[in-house]
Amino acid sequence: MRELSYSESIRECLRQVMLSDERVFIIGEEIGPYGGSFGVTVGLIDEFGSDRVMDTPISEQAIIGIAIGASLLDLRPVVEIMFSDFLMLAFEQISNQAAKIRYMFGGKASVPMVIRTPVGGGIGLAAQHSQSIEALFLHMPGLKIVMPSTSYDAKGLLYGAIKDNNPVIFFEHKLAYQTKGHVPEELYEIPLGKADIKKQGNDITVVATSYMVHKALRVSEKLLKEGISLEVIDPRTIKPLDIESIVESVKKTNRVVLIEEACYTGGFTCYLAAEIVKHAFDYLDAPILRITGLDCSIPYEHNLENAVIPSEKRIEQGIRSLLDR
Amino acid sequence: METVKKEKLIDFFETMVKIRIFEITVERNFTMGNIYGTAHLAIGQEAVAVGSIRAIKDSDLITSTHRGHAHCIAKGADLNIMMAEIFGRATGYCKGKGGSMHIADFEKGNLGANGIVGGSIGIATGAALAIKKKKSGQIILCFFGDGAVNQGIFHESLNMAAIWNLPVIYICENNQYGMGTNIKKVIKNKNISDRSRAYCIEGLTIDGNDVLEIYNTITKTAEIVREQCIPYFIECVTYRLRGHSIRDSQRYRPKDEAKNWQKFCPIEKFKKYLLDSNLITEKKIKEIENNAGKQVEDAVKFALSSPLPDISKVTEDIYA
Repeated sequence: MRELSYSESIRECLRQVMLSDERVFIIGEEIGPYGGSFGVTVGLIDEFGSDRVMDTPISEQAIIGIAIGASLLDLRPVVEIMFSDFLMLAFEQISNQAAKIRYMFGGKASVPMVIRTPVGGGIGLAAQHSQSIEALFLHMPGLKIVMPSTSYDAKGLLYGAIKDNNPVIFFEHKLAYQTKGHVPEELYEIPLGKADIKKQGNDITVVATSYMVHKALRVSEKLLKEGISLEVIDPRTIKPLDIESIVESVKKTNRVVLIEEACYTGGFTCYLAAEIVKHAFDYLDAPILRITGLDCSIPYEHNLENAVIPSEKRIEQGIRSLLDR
Repeated sequence: METVKKEKLIDFFETMVKIRIFEITVERNFTMGNIYGTAHLAIGQEAVAVGSIRAIKDSDLITSTHRGHAHCIAKGADLNIMMAEIFGRATGYCKGKGGSMHIADFEKGNLGANGIVGGSIGIATGAALAIKKKKSGQIILCFFGDGAVNQGIFHESLNMAAIWNLPVIYICENNQYGMGTNIKKVIKNKNISDRSRAYCIEGLTIDGNDVLEIYNTITKTAEIVREQCIPYFIECVTYRLRGHSIRDSQRYRPKDEAKNWQKFCPIEKFKKYLLDSNLITEKKIKEIENNAGKQVEDAVKFALSSPLPDISKVTEDIYA
């Protein structure tokens, strides 16, 4: 079976979509000859030219505004914002414009655009290039939020996002870029709003997002040797959220751990925990455990960074603590 | 420049009168308690919308602002549907979900008003990019106020329109006030159009209360923008004869200031021109005013007799 890295699978999706749909163009900082800050768009400018692979000035707000305007005239822009922390510079355009236009206009317009952006820490880029800020956008009705963890999901979900008629933020984890996995050659779509069980198990349900899926899977392998069977679920899109798949698993295992890289306070898993309580309270044999980043900016030095972001050790300890309950 | 045909001039006058009566009617209905939220009136600024929008083709596009009724009417909106939206009715442009600040009329090429100062400048620039990519031959007028030129997105967007040669005319309606702040307090440039030249975009400052000057300037500019596919910047110097919104008690400006500007009212000014040039009679003026008044009153009747939005549909239209 053919394997591709996560960044190769995203590039392949972009290339195949651009070949099949002339409405699609990509736009962002350093995506042309530079190839994107993480090399995702390498080579695309040679194939498609600068009209469809548009390098921009360092102007995040107008980049998003321009993508919105183009999408209102039926084009399908795929924006790259170099680091998700830089979405803050365009927060107005994303939240007040892209997210709200359809509703404000009574359903008479749609904004079919995708914002691809690297998220998360783990490579020593410190506070302004490492945060996991997806929860901020959960509060914006009108947006969809995708967080692929694997190469396979990245390609299929990106195609799903580009086909979607709504503004979609597509968070690519920096540590995932070099991970490899099976990716079919043809273009395929993973519909937004469908969770994936990455590993079946019976003892504890573990819901993890983005790169935390990889950490959860490594911990689950270790624990399996002791006969502890984890069911690892990746929601893949946190909005829309496939709560049914998660609840079904919780009803089977009666214990649930939620893992995300973002800060403890106000994270996605706060909302998820409330949903699980709402739908499966009677099935829970132990309190829901959240394993998250600390309420702290991401520090520079490696050990400090590891202390803030959930480590495999912290995940393992958390899961073990739940077994005794 | 060719002489503008008489029928066109009469149409300019009719449209400006229609806008003025529409705005006064909105104001009155707010005072009467018929309008729930708010609205930002373009009284005194009718010439900018009419002069510029009449200078482009029906197939061309615009983006508008929170003070957007005039642009909307000039671009051919249905008064009934507009008024219904302002009254928050299900029959309105946005089914009562947007109100005055969010009216959009895509069929007529109006990509929407915007509640954020400067919020539509990037959108207009992106639409211009799409026009260029599709080679549709259209252009877009991007309206914004003097307040918007201090927003970051103004500078970012003009820069991109310049480097990519996008077919957009940025129209700054300098009505002297960003909400309650006089423009002199917040902008050092004598002319706002000087700012566009910093981005290598040709910029002009013209009388925003002279509908003919605006029409002639935009006609000429639109030709350049369409043929050469480049951006342009026009500052229209005008005056907001009413407050920022219909809720504004206007404590910040001298009492006689608006009164003085009343002398330069674009409608009175143009009426005098038409009369002096024997292009219109007092009788015809009365007829135009009565006709516009009736259309606006019909719009109010339509709004008042329209159903309120169905609460069960409040969460519709969030996603496509």
